[in-house]
Amino acid sequence: MSKGFSTSSVGRKILMALSGFFLLIFLLQHFVINFLSVINSETFNEVSHFMGTNGLIQFVMQPILLFGVVFHLGMGIYLDFKNKAARPIKYAMDKPSENSSWMSRNMIITGIMVMLFLGLHFYDFWIPEIIDKFIEGKWDEPTKYFPHLVHKMSDPIRVGIYCASFIFLGLHLLHGFQSSFQSAGFNHNKYTPIIKQLGNIYAIGIPSGFVFIALFHLLTSH
Amino acid sequence: MDLTLKIWRQKDKNDKGSMETYPVTGISEHASFLEMLDVLNEQLITQGIEPVAFDHDCREGICGMCSLYINGEAHGPDRRVTTCQLHMRMFKDGETIHIEPFRSGSFPVLKDLVVDRSAFDRIQQSGGFISVNTSGNTQDANAVPIAKPMADKAMDAATCIGCGACVATCKNSSAMLFVAAKVSQFSYLPQGQVERKQRVLNMVDQMDKEGFGNCTNTGACEVECPKGISLEFIARMNKDYLTASITSEK
Repeated sequence: MSKGFSTSSVGRKILMALSGFFLLIFLLQHFVINFLSVINSETFNEVSHFMGTNGLIQFVMQPILLFGVVFHLGMGIYLDFKNKAARPIKYAMDKPSENSSWMSRNMIITGIMVMLFLGLHFYDFWIPEIIDKFIEGKWDEPTKYFPHLVHKMSDPIRVGIYCASFIFLGLHLLHGFQSSFQSAGFNHNKYTPIIKQLGNIYAIGIPSGFVFIALFHLLTSH
Repeated sequence: MDLTLKIWRQKDKNDKGSMETYPVTGISEHASFLEMLDVLNEQLITQGIEPVAFDHDCREGICGMCSLYINGEAHGPDRRVTTCQLHMRMFKDGETIHIEPFRSGSFPVLKDLVVDRSAFDRIQQSGGFISVNTSGNTQDANAVPIAKPMADKAMDAATCIGCGACVATCKNSSAMLFVAAKVSQFSYLPQGQVERKQRVLNMVDQMDKEGFGNCTNTGACEVECPKGISLEFIARMNKDYLTASITSEK
C-alpha cells in the first residue's frame, strides 16, 4: 500500500465505503436475528445466547464492529469539516435540489441521528449485557434475551424514538448503499442499476422490518 | 427583455466583494448569456461605471473558459451547455438573475466573476499526459489496435473541457469528476498503460494539495457538467487508485 493512501481523499473515500460495507452486512444479520423474536422466542434466545457467548464473536468480531462504527462516524465528521472548509465563501443563491437528492447531501445529518440513536440502543441492550458478563460474571443466562427485549419494547416513547431513528437509518441507506459501491470503484452499465434497486430494497426493507419488530413487541406486550 | 441583474463585484483578490444590482434593458431572447453581459457592460461604460469582468474565449462551448454560477446553478439553468451557449430565452422578461463566480477555496476570485482555475493546470502537469517521442519517428496511431468501446470511453472522458463546473456545483467543492476524466482518457488506451499507476497517484496527490473537497457521490457534478462526464469515471479512478496504491513500489 502506498504511504499516502489513508490520508488521500480517494483513499479515505474507499475506507469509508469498506466500513460501510461491513456495517451493511452487520445490519442485515442483526435484523435477521431480531426478526426471530417475532417468530419464536426460544430460537431468538438460543441465537442471542450463542452470539453473546461465542468467543470469536465476542472477542474478535465485536471489537472490529465497534472500531467500524467509530471509524465510520469519526471519518464522516472529519471529512464533513474538511469539505465545508473547501468552500469558505458560500453562494448567495444555490439550488442543490436541481442536481442531487436530499439524502446524498445530508448524510452527515442522518448519520449523526443514527449514531445518537445508537447511544440509546447501547444503553438499552449492549451496556446491560457488558455489565452482566464482564462485571457480574453472568455468562450463562440463555433465557434472559427475549424478556429483556419485550420489556424495553413495551415503552411507547422508547419505541417512538426507535421508529424515528429507523427513518433516519433508511434515509442514510438510500444513498449509502449504492454510494459504497461507487466509492469502492464499482460502476458498471449493466450492474449499477441493479445495485441501486437492491439499495432501495435494503434501505426501505431493513428499517421497515426493525419498525415492524418494535411495534410488534409494543402491541403484543400490552 | 428587461432584466435586473444581481452580480458579484470584487475589485481584486484581496477585496471583500459584494453583490451589486444593475438593470439591463433591450436584451434579445436570442442573445447568449455572455452577449447579454456585453450589452450590460456597454450600458455601464456609458454610465461611467467599471464594466463587469468575466472569463470567456471561444464562445462555442468547447474551450472551458466561461464559467459563472447563474441563479444557483453552474452555467445556468440549461443542461449540457456552457454559459456561452446559454440563451436568454431560458429566462423571463422582468426576471431577477443572480450571477456569481464559481466558488471554491481552490478557485480564488481574481476580479468580479473571474476566478483562478490554475489548480486544474497543476493537476494536469502532475500526470495528465503520456510520454511519447514526437521528434519525427512517431508511431502511426492506427498501428495500435484499440477496441471501439474503449476508444469511445476514452473519447467520452476526453470531452472534459476543464471548466470547473463540477467543483463549483459540488457541495464539497470536489474536483474528482475533472481528475477522473483526465485520468481515464488515458487509462482506457494502450498508450496510457505505461504511466497508468503513477499518473493516478500523482494527480490525486496534487488534487489534494490544491485543497479541493472530498467526493460524497451526490452526482451533482455529472448533472451540471456541460459535457456530461459520467460518474463512472470517478469509480474507475477510485479502482485505479486502489490498485496503484497496493502495487506501487513507493
